[in-house]
Amino acid sequence: MLVFLATSIVAFAAYLLLTLPSGTVGLWSVEELVAGAVLAALTGLIARNVGFPAERKERRAMLRMFNPLRWVLFLVYLFGPFLFAMARANLDVAYRVITGKIRPGIVKLMPELSTDLGRTLMANSITLTPGTLSVDIDEDTHALYVHWINVSNTEPSSREVCGSFEAWARRITE
Amino acid sequence: MTILIYVLFGIGLAASVLGSVALVRFPDVYTRLHGATKCTTFGSIFTTAAVIVYGFARGGAAHQTLAIHSIIALVALLLTNPTGSHAIARAAHRSGVKPVGAVVDRLEEES
Repeated sequence: MLVFLATSIVAFAAYLLLTLPSGTVGLWSVEELVAGAVLAALTGLIARNVGFPAERKERRAMLRMFNPLRWVLFLVYLFGPFLFAMARANLDVAYRVITGKIRPGIVKLMPELSTDLGRTLMANSITLTPGTLSVDIDEDTHALYVHWINVSNTEPSSREVCGSFEAWARRITE
Repeated sequence: MTILIYVLFGIGLAASVLGSVALVRFPDVYTRLHGATKCTTFGSIFTTAAVIVYGFARGGAAHQTLAIHSIIALVALLLTNPTGSHAIARAAHRSGVKPVGAVVDRLEEES
């Protein structure tokens, strides 16, 4: 029930955002609000097991994300360290594109994160940053295999490959 | 405001051009993915940001809708792009494509 409600609320919020300036009740028209509520309930019914996995630990990790403080942390991360790392990595890759100096390789990282959500956030951050690309993850040992365009150390720590991403993923999701 | 929009477009365009050049210059699928997916994402973020700034600067319901929809498009882009490039890289490695000139390949050694 909690999971159904959570999914519906997210779907309703997305619908309201998409139809933002449409009428007189607040910012929306009555028709849009009714249609949004019906569609959100349907979405919650169909997709409740997609966003929220069956495993208890993962489910609690997802529900923890409803804490607005974590969203603030996430936005701080997105516009602060992440955007900065992405801009710097872009300049670095631009230099490598022009000069052709690359030392590619697939290295192994052992992120110390306890939930799938945290690992997803970290792997996605790594993949969005040019120069590093997460290729595979070991489901049992949670080892992350990262294709790195400039291998300076074949046994790197996560700080060498992706800076503070692991620390931020832990801060946001745990 | 117009200058800000031009600057955002300029950064986006430069990143996209570099990504396209990387597609030609890099040797294999993994290194090309670096240029072709990441640099162009960086480019798209800035071109979309320019549209958002334009939408809010012009004002009016239609332009605000444009800006809000652009923000949603940006969120979708940030979610789907890493997923897509990860899927391509994983599929390439599973079907036996070796990284060209790799100094180390831990995934090959351990699986």
